[in-house]
Amino acid sequence: MEFFPDVFEIFEMPEELKLLRDSTRKLVNEKLIPREREIDETGKIPEDLLNTFKELGYFGITIPQEYGGIGAGFTGYVLVQEELARTHECFNAIISANNGIGSLGILYDGTEEQKKKYLPRLASGEWLASFALTEPNAGSDAASIKTRAVKEGSKYILNGTKHFITRGDIADIFIVMAVTDPSKGARGISAFIVEKNFPGVRVARRHESMGSDVVGQAEIVFEDAEVPEENLIGEEGKGFKTAQKVLNDGRLGMAARALGTSKRLFEEAVRYSTERVQFGQPICQFQGIQWMLAEVAALIYHMQWAVYSTALLHEKRPRINKEASIVKFMATEWAWRIADIALQIHGGMGYMKDFPIERFLRDLRALRIVEGTTEIHKNIIAREILRMAG
Amino acid sequence: MKILVTVKRVPDPDMKVRVNAEGTGIVEDNMKFVINPFDEIAVEEGLRIKEKKGEGEVVIVAIGPSVVQEQIRAALAMGADRGIHVDVDSYPDPLNTAKLLKAVAEKEAPNIVIMGKQAVDDDYGQAGQMLAAMLGWAQATFAYKVEIADDNSKATVTREVDGGLETIEIDLPAVVTADLRLNEPRYASLPGIMKAKTKPMDVFKPADLGVELSPVLELVRMEEPPPRKGGIIVETVDELLDKLRNEAKVI
Repeated sequence: MEFFPDVFEIFEMPEELKLLRDSTRKLVNEKLIPREREIDETGKIPEDLLNTFKELGYFGITIPQEYGGIGAGFTGYVLVQEELARTHECFNAIISANNGIGSLGILYDGTEEQKKKYLPRLASGEWLASFALTEPNAGSDAASIKTRAVKEGSKYILNGTKHFITRGDIADIFIVMAVTDPSKGARGISAFIVEKNFPGVRVARRHESMGSDVVGQAEIVFEDAEVPEENLIGEEGKGFKTAQKVLNDGRLGMAARALGTSKRLFEEAVRYSTERVQFGQPICQFQGIQWMLAEVAALIYHMQWAVYSTALLHEKRPRINKEASIVKFMATEWAWRIADIALQIHGGMGYMKDFPIERFLRDLRALRIVEGTTEIHKNIIAREILRMAG
Repeated sequence: MKILVTVKRVPDPDMKVRVNAEGTGIVEDNMKFVINPFDEIAVEEGLRIKEKKGEGEVVIVAIGPSVVQEQIRAALAMGADRGIHVDVDSYPDPLNTAKLLKAVAEKEAPNIVIMGKQAVDDDYGQAGQMLAAMLGWAQATFAYKVEIADDNSKATVTREVDGGLETIEIDLPAVVTADLRLNEPRYASLPGIMKAKTKPMDVFKPADLGVELSPVLELVRMEEPPPRKGGIIVETVDELLDKLRNEAKVI
């Protein structure tokens, strides 16, 4: 028996999405969870699992079938992200750009030639994508990027440094935001498809981080990098708009990951509390532990409905800025709280690497920062409130 | 080569099952249902035979209320070609299951029927044998390995028997029931999942198949095993013997 009601009992969703969700859950339970410890120790995704992901089609969930993908849509990808978040975060990390920020820009605003050239390779997992916006001096204030793109003949010449670029060291293509007109602020930013082998593109270093480091982050340097003009996405000056569109889609995915990891932590905490005996009884018999479990269950229950009602809202209308911000910041904050409670229930055992709790806690910490910090999302929500108030 | 494979909808064996208060069945709220694991092995074997032959059709049949279409779709997502849903309100007993399957087998005229050796919910393990007997076909139960002759006239089946393996040759058409080690079922690919809904599925009532159901088995009561009591650590062998003799009364 599952503790939480199935979202498919409540919401009308296509039956193939249930099959997609259940099939992913089966894969996670049977093949991925048993390998978590190995992945954490080696710091690598095992080759056989990577191939399984490619063969089954997980790199092309959101890419339409005409471009070699699965075409399971936004909600389908949200469901998959929740399930994958029940195991090591590297699996979501490895497929995320090909299904999201690394491919959607091309899909939304790219030319037919760009779609035909890049999307099938991303859908199959032959190529990995990466999204390069953040710079050492442009994080939350993303419109202040300094990387320059100057048109010379039939090429753009790029100069600048991007950092914290997830998959940066292993990506085959980068979606790069660069300034084409410094006088226009955000409207002077353009988006480019940059292949790693273009002259002048260099991976400067891989960052070392607190968690989420199996699929890590890297610093990318462009030194007179040559990008053919046909690799401009959309028009000059429209790059920031493209970036905003794909980032909006990503936010709900982060909430879905917070939800999936929270459910796993709940399962682990319930199991441990029924098995661990202290003072002559399983610790779940103590009211203090019971109240912790009850609080975790209540938070997850709310997260689940928020994530899926917002995903379905997005299927009906494209603009869900404030809703996505509300769900992203709440779910990721709550998941962090849930990880802390789950670790506390495990006591000293939770702090040890013999249990997965400390790893989930380290990895989850990033979710309150990536794709907009909690504080930036509060700003977005507040802006919408004030707009409504006139 | 036409291969008919049966699938039954059962509670997910990885989940804890609870008996309802009346003792008439299990609590279905928040339960997840899956293809019976032995049937999933049967589906996989059907697909492998077709792939090895390079031609053929894998037809899935399931009996039960409309929810069993979920399990048919799951088998179609693995790669089967089409589905047959025999629409009945509740799951029939093994004899009536075999009667319905006989009607489907006569309609479809497959070269082979592959079934799980038993369903993990009621554990009867009878339908396959009954079906073969009713059709007057050969049967090979507890299959460990299946090989089909080039001309589809015979099958060589290695069976799991007590303490070893037994290899037999049977004439086709025949009924084969799958054991645990026959194969490891594949995961449905994502394109397979999206394609599953477009594959044909026929729905028949028992009357459409000319079968009248007459139950021969009644479920009287269902109960959970008694809860396990916590173990104790004994100090000496004598104490252990004393407890086994006087408390547990097993020696």
